[in-house]
Amino acid sequence: MEGIATKPIEKQLKLSGLEPLIITPESNFINVGERTNVAGSRKFLRLINEDKYDEALTIARHQVEGGAQIIDVNMDDGLINGVQAMVKFLNLVMAEPDIARVPIMIDSSKWEIIEAGLQVVQGKCIVNSISLKEGEQTFLEHATLIKRYGAAVIIMAFDEKGQADTYNRRIEIAKRSYELLVDIVQFPAEDIIFDLNIFPVATGMDEHRKNAIHFIEATRWVKQNLPHCSISGGVSNVSFSFRGNNPVREAMHSVFLYHAIDAGMNIGIVNPALLEVYDNIPKDLLQRVEDVILDRREDATERLLSFAETVKGSSKKQEVDLSWREQSLQQKITHALVKGIDTYIVNDVEEARKSVSKPIKVIEGHLMTGMNVVGDLFGSGKMFLPQVVKSARVMKKAVAYLLPFIEDEKDGTNDYAKGKILLATVKGDVHDIGKNIVGVVLACNNYEIIDLGVMVPPDKIISEAKKNSVDAIGLSGLITPSLDEMAFLASEMQRQNFTVPLLIGGATTSRIHTAVKIDTQYDNAVIHVNDASRAVTVVGDLLQKETATGYKDNLKSEYASFREAFLKRQKTKTYLPLDEIRKNKFKIDWDTSEIVKPKELGVQTLENFDISKLEAYIDWTPFFRSWDLHGKFPAILKDEVVGNQATELYNDAQNILHKIFLEKILKGKAIFGLFGANTINDDDIEVSHYSEGKKETAYFRTLRQQSKKAKGRPNIALADFIAPKESNKQDYVGCFCVSTGFGAHEEAEKYRAALDDYNAIMIKALADRLAEAFAEYLHEKVRKEHWGYSKNETLTNEELIKETYKGIRPAPGYPACPDHLEKETIWQLLKVEENIGVQLTESLAMWPAASVSGYYFANPEARYFGVGKIKDDQVKDFAKRKNISVEKAKNWLKSNRAD
Amino acid sequence: MSRLLKALEDRILILDGAMGTMLQQYKFSEEDFRGERFKNFHISVKGNNDLLSLTQPQAIADIHRKYFEAGADIVETNTFSSTTIAMADYEMEHLVYVLNYESAKIAKTVADEITKANPDKPRFVAGSIGPTNKTASMSPDVNDPGFRAISFDELRIAYKQQTEGLLDGGADILLVETVFDTLNAKAALFAIEEVKTERNIDVPIMVSGTITDASGRTLSGQTAEAFLISISHIPLLSVGFNCALGAEQLLPHLEIISKQTHAATSAHPNAGLPNAFGEYDQSPEEMASYIKDYLDKKLVNIVGGCCGTTPEHIKAIADVASTYQPRPFSKAKNLQII
Repeated sequence: MEGIATKPIEKQLKLSGLEPLIITPESNFINVGERTNVAGSRKFLRLINEDKYDEALTIARHQVEGGAQIIDVNMDDGLINGVQAMVKFLNLVMAEPDIARVPIMIDSSKWEIIEAGLQVVQGKCIVNSISLKEGEQTFLEHATLIKRYGAAVIIMAFDEKGQADTYNRRIEIAKRSYELLVDIVQFPAEDIIFDLNIFPVATGMDEHRKNAIHFIEATRWVKQNLPHCSISGGVSNVSFSFRGNNPVREAMHSVFLYHAIDAGMNIGIVNPALLEVYDNIPKDLLQRVEDVILDRREDATERLLSFAETVKGSSKKQEVDLSWREQSLQQKITHALVKGIDTYIVNDVEEARKSVSKPIKVIEGHLMTGMNVVGDLFGSGKMFLPQVVKSARVMKKAVAYLLPFIEDEKDGTNDYAKGKILLATVKGDVHDIGKNIVGVVLACNNYEIIDLGVMVPPDKIISEAKKNSVDAIGLSGLITPSLDEMAFLASEMQRQNFTVPLLIGGATTSRIHTAVKIDTQYDNAVIHVNDASRAVTVVGDLLQKETATGYKDNLKSEYASFREAFLKRQKTKTYLPLDEIRKNKFKIDWDTSEIVKPKELGVQTLENFDISKLEAYIDWTPFFRSWDLHGKFPAILKDEVVGNQATELYNDAQNILHKIFLEKILKGKAIFGLFGANTINDDDIEVSHYSEGKKETAYFRTLRQQSKKAKGRPNIALADFIAPKESNKQDYVGCFCVSTGFGAHEEAEKYRAALDDYNAIMIKALADRLAEAFAEYLHEKVRKEHWGYSKNETLTNEELIKETYKGIRPAPGYPACPDHLEKETIWQLLKVEENIGVQLTESLAMWPAASVSGYYFANPEARYFGVGKIKDDQVKDFAKRKNISVEKAKNWLKSNRAD
Repeated sequence: MSRLLKALEDRILILDGAMGTMLQQYKFSEEDFRGERFKNFHISVKGNNDLLSLTQPQAIADIHRKYFEAGADIVETNTFSSTTIAMADYEMEHLVYVLNYESAKIAKTVADEITKANPDKPRFVAGSIGPTNKTASMSPDVNDPGFRAISFDELRIAYKQQTEGLLDGGADILLVETVFDTLNAKAALFAIEEVKTERNIDVPIMVSGTITDASGRTLSGQTAEAFLISISHIPLLSVGFNCALGAEQLLPHLEIISKQTHAATSAHPNAGLPNAFGEYDQSPEEMASYIKDYLDKKLVNIVGGCCGTTPEHIKAIADVASTYQPRPFSKAKNLQII
C-alpha cells in the first residue's frame, strides 16, 4: 500500500444486498437460507416447474423473515432451463426490498447459470461454487470473471482427482486453490470461502467414522494457515444416516456445529428448524452424539443407534412451544391474553369457572388479572396496538363463553366494568376504523363499550346515552362536515343537561378545532383524543372518582388558553379581496404549454376489476399509522421499537390480503371520464360532455387561495391549471371514482360476529388501502393510456407515493378543493351511483367507505396546494356561482372561513 | 509517483461544476445544436448537450476554461450521455465513439494549455460516464417486476465503446458517476476492466453514486454502505456521491463512505435542493459553507459541484479547500497512476 498512511481496516468478508452484511471474526455464525434451492426443497422445485414464481418468492421471503442472512438460490434440475429460471427468479427477488435486502448466494454447478445470475444482481453475491475439478485453466478463468463481477466465491474441496475426503486431501486442495486465487488472479483473500465437504458419520462404515473430525480439523488448519478466508458447508449431511429421527439429527447438527464453529467455520447452510440448542441437549444423548462426531469410542455408532430408538418420535420441528401449558391456570390465562392465543382459552375458562363460586368471578378474577398485565405492558410501551387487539379477541371469546352461565345466575353482566362508554361515528360519516380500535382497546381495559356504529344521528346518540346512563361519549369522524356534527352534538348535550365527558377523535379532528369549536359548546369536559393508546389514560383520568374533578377543570382551562392563543395568532394573517387574488393567479403560458388531447373522451367504467393487480400499488405507511405504529414502510418492519410488531401485523395483513384476492371478498369498481374543458370567469371550469347524445355543459367551481402571499407567489385555484376560454386553446379535464369497499362491511361483520375484532378492523383498513391503490393505479392508466399524456412514464410505487408523476388528482374535501359539494357535480357528470353504486351520504361521504373520488389535471405545471382560509366575499361569490344560498355555502365551507 | 497522485496527496482536488447549467446560458437554438454537420439530420437534436462537442466545440472549451480558471483541478468531459443507450433518443448511436473522442480531446487541449501556463498545478480530464437512461436491476413496468429494459451485456458493450473513445481522446481518469442503479455501474466497471486488460494499461477510476432522497438509499434501493461494498472489487482512485442532494443533505452519507473506505473520496453535490420551479438557487457562499463542514470533518479528497453549480461556486469551494489538508487515504493495490 502506498499513499497517505491510514489506520488499517481489517480484511473482512463484506457482502451486500440492499443492505450490507459484514462478516467479522466476532460475527455469529452466518446462516444461509436453503429453501430456495430446487435440489433441496421439493416444494420449491414444484413451484418453479409449475411457473409459480409468486409463491416461490414467498419461500424466499419466509427465509429472510426467519433469520436467513443470505439466501442460496439453486436452479440445477434436468427439467428446468437453469439460466432462464435463475434470471427470472433473481429479477423478481430484486423487486422485493424485504427479500433483496440480504445478499444472494448464486448456487449452480453450471458456469453459464452462475454468470447469468451475476449479471442481474446489483449487490455483492457469493458464487457457490467453483473448484479445480476441471483443471487450473478453467478455475482461473472463472475466478477472474467472478472478481470482475464483484462477487465472493465458495471453493469446493475438489480437484482433478476427485472430492477431498480426508484431512490431508482437504488441506492440500484448499492450499492450492488459495495460492492460485491470491497470487495469480489477485482475488481478495477475504472473499474466499472454502466448502471443505461435510460427509455423513455413523453410517456403519469404518471409513466414514472420521468424516466429521477431519472436516473440523481441516477447518482449523485452513483458518490458521490461509489468512482471511471463511469456511462454509451444508450441515445436514452429517446426520444423513439418521433421517427420520429428528431429535437425534437436531442434536448431531448442534454438536457438529459447536465444534466446527470453534475450529473456525463461520458460514453454513442449516435448517434452523432442525437445530437444537447445544445446552438443551439431554446429557445422555449429548454424550453419545459427541462420541460419534468426535469418533471417541469404537462402539460410538452402535451406542447412538440403540439410544436413538428411545428418543424417536418427538421432534422439535413444526412444534409450537407449549411449555406455557404446564403453568398454573392463572398463568395460562394471562399467557393466552398477552400472546393473543385463543386456542385453549375456552378450556381454561371452563376450568376456572368450576373453581369459583360464581362465573362472574372468572371475569373479575382470572381474566382481569390477565388483562391488567396486558394494560401494564401496553402502557409501558412493551406491547403494541395490534397485539392488544389480538388480546381483546381472546378476552371476547372468554367472556362470550361465560355469558350464558352468568345470565343463568341472573347476575349483573357488567358489574366488573370500570365504566360505560358510548362510541359513534357521527351522522353522514362512514369511517370507523379508528373508532373500532379505540373501542377494542378500551374494552380490553375493562370498560363496557356501547358502539352505535356509523352514520349515527344525534338524537340517537343522545337517547342511547341516556338509556344506558353512560359515563362518557366518544365521537369519531373522518370528513370535514363531521366536525360540525360534533359541535352540534356538543350543543345538544349542553341543552339536555348532560355532564359526562365528550371525547373527540378521527382524522380531520384536531386539538385546535376541538378547543375552538366544540369545547365552547359544552360546559363539561371535552377532550381531543387522536390515538388509541392515549384513550385509555384519558378515560381513566376522566372516570376515576378521585382525580376526575381536578382533571376536568384543568382540561377546561387548558383548552381555553389554547383557544385564546390560537385566536390571537389568527388575527395577524391578512387576506386580499377576491378581485386582487384573481389578478395574482398562477400563470401558465398557454401559447407554449403542452396540451395533450385524451385518446378517449367520454366516460368509461371498470366492473369486475381484478383487485389483486393493486397489490403493488399499496402505500403501506398509512396502514401502520391506522394501527398506531408510526414510521415509514418498509423501514418500520425493522424499527428498533415497533419492528417486530409491525412485521407481525404486516404478515397478518398479507394473509388477509391474499384471502381477499383469492376468495374475491372485495369488489373493485371504477368509473372515470375525460372531457373537453376551459376555464371561464377565472375560477370556474366549463366541462363539455355528452348526455344521451346531446352536448351538455357542467361546471367545476374552484376556490382560490386568499391569504396575502409573498411577492412573486401566486394565489392558486385549480382553475388556473386549465386553459381559459380566451386563450382559444381547447383544454381537458377528468374526474373519477374508485371503490374497493363492496363486501368490506359484510366481511367485517362476519369477523365481528365471530368475536374477531382484529380481523374485522384489518379488512376495513385493507379495503381503504386498496381504494387508495386503485386510485393510484387508475391514475397511472389514465396518464399512460386513456389520456396518454405520459406514455413513457416509468415510476416505481415509491415514486408514485411521492407523487412524482406529471399532473395531479385532487379530491373534493381535501386541501386543494375543500368543498365537498363538488362531489355532487362529479356524481352527476359520471352518473357514479347508477353506474358503479357508490353513494353519497348527507354529509357527502362516500359509501362504501373504501372509495376515492377526484379530478384529473394533466398540465405539467399542475401541482398540489392548499386553499387555506378564505374570506366571505369569496364564499358569497362561490354561492352565487354555484346557485346555492349563502347560508348553505357558509355551512359547507365552515372550516375554511376566515371570517 | 504520478502527478495526479501527488496532487491528491498534496491538497484537496477541485472538480468542476455543472456543464448543463452553463450551456443553458448560451440559449442554443435547434440550428446551433445542428451546426453545419447535422444541418439536415432527420429529427430534432435540440437538447442533446453532448452533441455540442461536435457542433459548438468552442463553447465547450470555454466552459472548461472557466472552470479551470475558477480553480478546478479536474474537469469532466461533456459525455454524460454519450453511450449508444442514451443516444438512442436522438438516433445518434453511430456517433458515440467520435462524441467521446472529441469531447475528451477538447477538455484535454484546454487542460494542457492551462497546465503549461502553470506547471506547478497540473490539470486533469475525467471522462464522464453517466448512468444511461435505463436501469438494469429495476423494472420500468410495475405490472411486470421481473422485466428489464436493459441487460448487463448491453450496458457492458455500450460502456466499452464509451471508454475506448474517452481514452483515445486523452481522458486521464474515468468517472463513473450519478450511479442510481449499482448494476449499471458494475457493467461500466466490468467494461473498463476489459479495456484495461485488452490494452494492458491501467487508468484511475472514480465512482460516484447518487443517493436519491433522505432515506439514504440509491434509486435501486441500496444503502450507502451496501453501494460501497458492491463496487469495491475494482481498485478505485476514489469513491463518493454526486447529484440529487445539496451539500448539506449529502453530508451524512458521505460520512458513512468516508469511514468505510481506504480509497480517496469525492463529492460533487447540487447547488442545494431545487426550489418550487425546479431551479437550483443556492449561492456560492452558502454551498462553500457546507463544503467547509466536509473539510472540517476530513470527509473528502476531491470536491466539486453538480446540477446548478457555476464557476462562481467552484471558485468559492476552491478558496475554502485551499486552506485544508487532504483526508488520509490509501492508493489501492495494483493501481498504476499516470
